[in-house]
Amino acid sequence: MKPAPFEYCRADTLDEALDLMAEFGSDASVLAGGMSLGPMLNMRLARPAAVIDINPVGELAGIGAAEDGIETGAVCRQVDALDSALVRERVPLLAEALPFVGHFQTRNRGTMGGSVCHADPSAEIPLTLIALDGAVVLQRKGGARTAAANDFFEGIFATAREPDELVTALRWPGRSADTGYAFDEIAQRRGDFAIGAAAAAATVANDGTVTALALGLGGIEDRPRRADLSEFVGAPAVPETAAEAAAVAADRVDPIGDPKVSAAYRRQLVRVLGARVLERAFERAGA
Amino acid sequence: MTVGGRWVGAPVPRKEDEALLTGHARFIDDMEPVPGLRHAALLRSPHAHADIVSIDISKAESHPGVYGVVTGVDISAATGPIPSAVRVPIDYYPMAVDKVRYAGEPVALVAAEDRYVAEDALELIEVEYRPLPPVVDPKAAMDDDSPLLHEAVGSNVVHRRGFRYGDPEAAFEEADRVVRLEWTFPRYSSTPMETYGAVAQFEPAPDRYTIWSNFQGPFILHALMCGALKVPGNRLRLITSPQSGGSFGIKQGMYPYMVLLAASSRLLGVPLKWIEDRLEHLVGSSAASNREDAVEAAFRNDGTLIGLKFLNVVDVGAYIRAPEPASVYRMHSASNGAYRVGNIHVDNRLVTTNRLPVGLNRGYGGPQFFFALERAMDAGARALGIDIAEIRRRNFIPKDAFPYRAPAGAIYDAGDYEAGLDKTLDLAGYAELCAERGRAREEGRLFGIGMATAIEPSGSNMAYVTLAQTPEERARAGGRSGGLGTCTISIDPSGSVTVKTVSTPAGQGHATVAAQIVADALGLAPDDIDVVTEVDTLTSAWSLASGNYANRFSSVVTSAIGDAARLVADKVRAVAAEDLEVAAEDVELADGVARVVGVPEKSLPFRRVAAKTHWHPAGLPEGMAPGIFETAVMSPPELGPPDEQDRVASAVTFGFICDLAAVEIDPGTGRVEVRKYVSVHDVGTVLNPLIVEGQIVGGFAHGVGGALLEEMVYDEDGNPLSGTFADYLCITAPEMPTLTIGHVDTPSPHTALGAKGMGDGCSMLAPTAIANAVADALGREDVEPPFTLNKVWDLVASQGDAR
Repeated sequence: MKPAPFEYCRADTLDEALDLMAEFGSDASVLAGGMSLGPMLNMRLARPAAVIDINPVGELAGIGAAEDGIETGAVCRQVDALDSALVRERVPLLAEALPFVGHFQTRNRGTMGGSVCHADPSAEIPLTLIALDGAVVLQRKGGARTAAANDFFEGIFATAREPDELVTALRWPGRSADTGYAFDEIAQRRGDFAIGAAAAAATVANDGTVTALALGLGGIEDRPRRADLSEFVGAPAVPETAAEAAAVAADRVDPIGDPKVSAAYRRQLVRVLGARVLERAFERAGA
Repeated sequence: MTVGGRWVGAPVPRKEDEALLTGHARFIDDMEPVPGLRHAALLRSPHAHADIVSIDISKAESHPGVYGVVTGVDISAATGPIPSAVRVPIDYYPMAVDKVRYAGEPVALVAAEDRYVAEDALELIEVEYRPLPPVVDPKAAMDDDSPLLHEAVGSNVVHRRGFRYGDPEAAFEEADRVVRLEWTFPRYSSTPMETYGAVAQFEPAPDRYTIWSNFQGPFILHALMCGALKVPGNRLRLITSPQSGGSFGIKQGMYPYMVLLAASSRLLGVPLKWIEDRLEHLVGSSAASNREDAVEAAFRNDGTLIGLKFLNVVDVGAYIRAPEPASVYRMHSASNGAYRVGNIHVDNRLVTTNRLPVGLNRGYGGPQFFFALERAMDAGARALGIDIAEIRRRNFIPKDAFPYRAPAGAIYDAGDYEAGLDKTLDLAGYAELCAERGRAREEGRLFGIGMATAIEPSGSNMAYVTLAQTPEERARAGGRSGGLGTCTISIDPSGSVTVKTVSTPAGQGHATVAAQIVADALGLAPDDIDVVTEVDTLTSAWSLASGNYANRFSSVVTSAIGDAARLVADKVRAVAAEDLEVAAEDVELADGVARVVGVPEKSLPFRRVAAKTHWHPAGLPEGMAPGIFETAVMSPPELGPPDEQDRVASAVTFGFICDLAAVEIDPGTGRVEVRKYVSVHDVGTVLNPLIVEGQIVGGFAHGVGGALLEEMVYDEDGNPLSGTFADYLCITAPEMPTLTIGHVDTPSPHTALGAKGMGDGCSMLAPTAIANAVADALGREDVEPPFTLNKVWDLVASQGDAR
């Protein structure tokens, strides 16, 4: 359980990091918190020629207000986002999801950007970004672009990041008026990767009808995804609608099955979790 | 801090903890006992079953930093096979020779300047395998057309014996109701924080192996290691590390690796260090046996249990690694459990499969045995319409029947099982709990209550394993009996006391309890007494039974400590008596002095009296040997050999445990929530309530882990699917239900202090109590742990209860 030899490259500034990305491209792995890369190196599942350590890059560590929402830097620690008043105030769904991310020990080290780049299908931060229709900021030497979260995640551990690109920040849309948010997940143990996770945002008009509805699902398919529930716009924001919408979402997913968890069970979790978070979101929208 | 003037029984804080908590404890990985260590890494088979066609080590050998490479052919040339109690033609070497039999089996060893380089070189070894069809299901392995692990045996059933006590056929004939259950009991483990580790050095002239390790014993395995290494016992020196980071039985299974490392040290001419990593641990260390068992229980209509049939199929994995088949014989002589039933039939089959060999794990054989007996009790109660507590009450051995000779030979020392049951029901608020279940069911909720009781055998008879042999075979092999406890107490010329227990604890707190016992005997405080718990087979007073297993410390070692302390006390009193000019029986040791009983001002400091035995031998009483080095060696007199009817007193003490679990199952997710768990224990005399509580909670955690989460899963090709901690789900703090502990303690007449063994505890019962509660909640008996989300939801969904 020792890594194969690799070159350790420390980047102290963003420019240095981008130079290294340009130099090594797909031969490099980026070290952020190392909560996934560390074990993968030790198990020799990852065998990069170089590891580019971006932890020292202070300009990637912050949490800042951006338009109505916020921007979290790539090496912003999960614990810092969890402790952030700005996150709680502007992106309550993220604040509710973060306690489910690993354990407090791993959150002390694990980063916001690292989780998104790793793209585990059941990870909470990517799911929340998808549910909120957030975006990923990428930079390469001499260029930058922004990718919608919906376009960024391409499959299990697969993203739209090019080999020489560095994810530098995540953009989180701020809370909307009359909108309630809720996050929940089912894992075998507290802190495990979720078997199924659900993140909901529901906007409810004064007359009690749903005017906008988002249900993000994690751990169910090969990437986090929003269920299409547009037919429930205009429906009453009541528990029956939540259950019905979750059932529709469950019918529409294409769950993965593995030797320990069947596709049928994952579909069941969409029903249970979907109803749970939608109902909560409805309640909070009215509150 | 003392209770009633005695340290024994007081909640003395553990002597061990300060060093452990401040990072000053030393473990095997901290040890560099000899210079020039090379670091070993093992290449392990990716196949569950395959012929080794060829191994090319040339690239690995020439890799910079590599000192040498050893293969199974080298090992089989340098050592003999590791002996086994089961006489079948299986040559068990610690490294595969011409065939691999489980995924994870060692195939080659690389010694290098560090572990990184060693692992780099592993990738340069080219092994050509010819895959063979694997068999991982023990039932399939028993089929005539199954692939064979060991061709020379001719079958995967490597051992079968039947036993009969009383008249089981008549009992089943006259029974009003027979309950039959069959199930798969999962394979799980204990995953101690610290993995296996060893340093081995071979020295020539004379040839001698020394192995430093975190091996836990039993040291009967020293003899097997000597057999494999072909040396007499004094040429294999085993030294255990000062601390061990947990074991729970698992570190028994490391001895083949010790042989491998020792032989490799000889072959390569360098001392070798190997620290098992977690990936290796989960595929290559040890586990409890998975089973394919059935039980039949014969009841009268009034709930009287009159007969039992145990049909046991034990998956031992790829080899019968000693002390197997002990896992199925440890409980054997107590096959009646806590009950009076006298008619018992046992049929034991051991089956080899393409899985990791099994060995000791907390409760060794107990979780599997009580799953049979205690599931049958709850199922019998339901079948007969009798309350699950009441059916046990009607069958308990009564409190005036102790010492009780069980039909298969166990001698139960003391107990009051009915009082334990009453305490359990009281702590559980049983009547209200049953009412809550009734209300829950009216609301359509899945709520169940289960019970399980156990006797807890402790302090093993080294001879019980020979039940695997017929009485004729045993007679030919010569007699076996006993389980020696040893302890040495010395007092140096400064008058300070050192106790050596050779008990190799792995966190249990032996040093604290030993100090309490000796402090009482010598009139000192525990802080005055240092305790050395490790073994050095060249310098310690040890024997076959030494080590840390089968709840041995409180049931045997404490008696030896008490004996040695008494020898020391007698000597000190005799020396003091001469100086105080009174008779020895008029001298008492208390408060750090030797003083005349009733005349406390006539006293001498303990240290001075003890030191005199070194400083002034001529001033000692006539005929007294100078110095104080007292070694007590005892074997509990109960532990005789098995008789011709296959009866044996398998253990010294038999504690009692009564557990009750209430669960609610979420029909949406299948989550089993343990709503209430009560466990009442009879541990005999409580030596240290803090340690007793810690042991009970720890055993409970292991049991709940087995009940809800933990399983070593293999796919049908024999690939381990639980090879990391992301897949093998150990129980963690948030999954721990609240545990309510109670005591009904009856002192043991078989031990010096009245203590019984108690370390296995709820690890033996929680899987069963929770399974019984799940069965009650779902209204079906075909439930098998671990009760993971998907599995339970499938059960719920299959009966139309899902939501």
